[in-house]
Amino acid sequence: MKSSNMKTFTIGGIHPEENKLAKEFAIESFPLPKQATIFFTQHLGAPSTPIIQKGDKVKVGQLIAKADAFICANLHSPVSGTVAKIDMVADITGYKKPAAIIDIEGDEWEEHIDQSPELKKEITLSKQEIIERIKSCGIVGLGGACFPTHVKYMVPPDKKVDYIIVNAAECEPYITTDYRIMLEKAEACLVGVQALLIASGAPEAIIGIEANKPDAYEHISQLATEYTNIKVVKLKTKYPQGAEKQLIKALTGREVPNGKLPIEVGCIVNNITTTHAIYEAVQKNKPLIETYTTISGKRLSGAKNFKIRLGTPIEDILSTVGIPENTGKIISGGPMMGKAIAQVNSYFVKGMSSILFIDEEESKRENALACLRCGKCVFACPMGLEPYLLHFLVENSRFEECEKNGIMNCIECGSCQYGCPSCRPLLDMIRTGKIKTGAMIRARKN
Amino acid sequence: MNEKLLQVSGSPHIHSGESVKKIMWSVVLALLPAFLVSIFYFGLPVIILTFVSIASCIVFEYLIQKYMLKGETTIWDGSAVITGMLLAFNLPANLPLWMVVVGALIAIGVGKMAFGGLGKNLFNPALVARVFLLISFPVQMTSWPIPKPIFKLGADVVSGPTPLGILKEGVKSGQSVESIMHNSDMPGYVDMLLGQMGGSFGEISAIALLIGAIFLLIRKVITWHIPVSFLLTVFLFSGIFYLVDPSYYANPFFHLLTGGVMLGALFMATDMVTSPTSASGMLIFGLGCGVITIIIRLFGAYPEGVSFAILIMNALVPLINKGFKPRIFGKIKQ
Repeated sequence: MKSSNMKTFTIGGIHPEENKLAKEFAIESFPLPKQATIFFTQHLGAPSTPIIQKGDKVKVGQLIAKADAFICANLHSPVSGTVAKIDMVADITGYKKPAAIIDIEGDEWEEHIDQSPELKKEITLSKQEIIERIKSCGIVGLGGACFPTHVKYMVPPDKKVDYIIVNAAECEPYITTDYRIMLEKAEACLVGVQALLIASGAPEAIIGIEANKPDAYEHISQLATEYTNIKVVKLKTKYPQGAEKQLIKALTGREVPNGKLPIEVGCIVNNITTTHAIYEAVQKNKPLIETYTTISGKRLSGAKNFKIRLGTPIEDILSTVGIPENTGKIISGGPMMGKAIAQVNSYFVKGMSSILFIDEEESKRENALACLRCGKCVFACPMGLEPYLLHFLVENSRFEECEKNGIMNCIECGSCQYGCPSCRPLLDMIRTGKIKTGAMIRARKN
Repeated sequence: MNEKLLQVSGSPHIHSGESVKKIMWSVVLALLPAFLVSIFYFGLPVIILTFVSIASCIVFEYLIQKYMLKGETTIWDGSAVITGMLLAFNLPANLPLWMVVVGALIAIGVGKMAFGGLGKNLFNPALVARVFLLISFPVQMTSWPIPKPIFKLGADVVSGPTPLGILKEGVKSGQSVESIMHNSDMPGYVDMLLGQMGGSFGEISAIALLIGAIFLLIRKVITWHIPVSFLLTVFLFSGIFYLVDPSYYANPFFHLLTGGVMLGALFMATDMVTSPTSASGMLIFGLGCGVITIIIRLFGAYPEGVSFAILIMNALVPLINKGFKPRIFGKIKQ
């Protein structure tokens, strides 16, 4: 491993403990529950419109909520059975959202879905058909944000795509689903990448993998030799290597301008697990009905990776693995950017890439002390911001200055707060500031 | 399960474990090599003086927080210990102890608490006190005991000048630098590296200070920016004068190894509270410290200018923080 060959972003970044405890464990299919609760909206954007009613019979893969708006995604039934109820159900944050509760009967799939395990390499669909398929199958970004994937491929006519960037950094501690997918489903992922190359018209795809996954890097590099238009690059292990803008910088040297999307610099970024979902959609006609999830925690005996049908009760998983003693906090997603679960009495949704158990002790924050102006947050920020200053400005409601100091560029990676010796709630403050500053900017435009 | 409520908070959900206490005690640890060298050369007075300085800093901080501010006391965060230690390091080993206590009062009372306590002070508290003492008690503050390894028996410690003092006096009386360097009081370069020279007791050994600073660098308490920029500026700026007229100006190595440059660049200027927060700001800060130090040494009334240089640059930190910000990622050039 020559470190000089490794690429990385240039400013800021931190090295949290990796804790990839589940990396040795192959993905297991989690058994079907008796009843599934499916939230109608499982993506970032406008809500989807439900098209089923109480009493309807549904099959696996049947469309149950339709995308009507531009940034919106279809939703398909992950199970077969009878719709018992349409109701308001609390999501993991405790916020009630419309959901379908389905009593599961058997496991009957829509006939048009190809369930065979064979790898289908040859892509017969055209550019437009691929984008249409990604849309109809309800594919969203599985790196965490759940942004509808097809929207990224509706490229404005004046823009050209130079690179498809495949995000396989998996820089968040604990999570190992991308890693397992790379080891177990690499060939399918590469076909998915080919589909994306066709869909975008880009000449080249770059897959970026952090150096802490050498076997995945070797494996994918080996398989990618078959394709002349896919390059595999080793990235330095540094958080947030997998943040979109940082990844583009690391792999292409290009810098996405403030307030713009990656397409501005000719890039489209997709997560590696998303490319697998795209393969299944394009080649097997299979909608997104599952999530790959790492269940982990320092005190959990037996961290694991699961393939879980959407709508499965989280408590089913918790009772299977057993909540470790002294758990103070349960997180959905990574420990740096994930959400704290307020409500374990909820259900799996698209992109829920991990459930983590954090110790009572580690879950409590230390009391915030005075800022020492040590500059650790300034050195850690991958966006070149001054978190300590933004904290101060937000505290004093000086939002004009927040805007000047680039608060809206914050990607909320948490690097600042992670290293603050005074344990100040930097990101909490900055988030608040972003909301207020954003409102101020919008009010000015109107 | 539902009997126990889960913690909920915004991300990030993990923390590096770094803390103010850990940082402060790391600095104390980093100062120990220099402390040991000082004990070796100056003996028991060093221990007594340091103890008095630290103890008075802690006591004054406690009294002010408890009885004047009527708030929480934070004496165990280690910052008062550092102030006490750094103040002691900046004093001659034979300074009367009551002056040390006065210094501690100025450092904590005026330098730190008057601004609102740790994190809010504009000036390095130990330097505020040192300069106060230097101006108030110029005789005692500039009578330096001659260093003498403790196991060597001999006459009592007598006072003598510092290398910078010898240089200043010599140049004033019209001697050439070369002849001043051959003065019998002038230590050789090896002695300067190890610490066998007159001066404030904590500043004498460049090697011991460097060892401490390397520890702080590895421990990521400080970054390289301020020390490198400060020392490099001292070297280059004094080097220019040396090249112009070597008979009138001392060579740059002399300037690096004598006086408070090492202690200042490695431990005083790097005080996080009173130095800039961005990398470019730190480089400018170090540059300013180096330039002012040399200007005072070459053209000022005092033989040494490190304390003044750092204090002046401390005052400029808010401006530097405004003027030298990190570049925002993706900022469009206009």
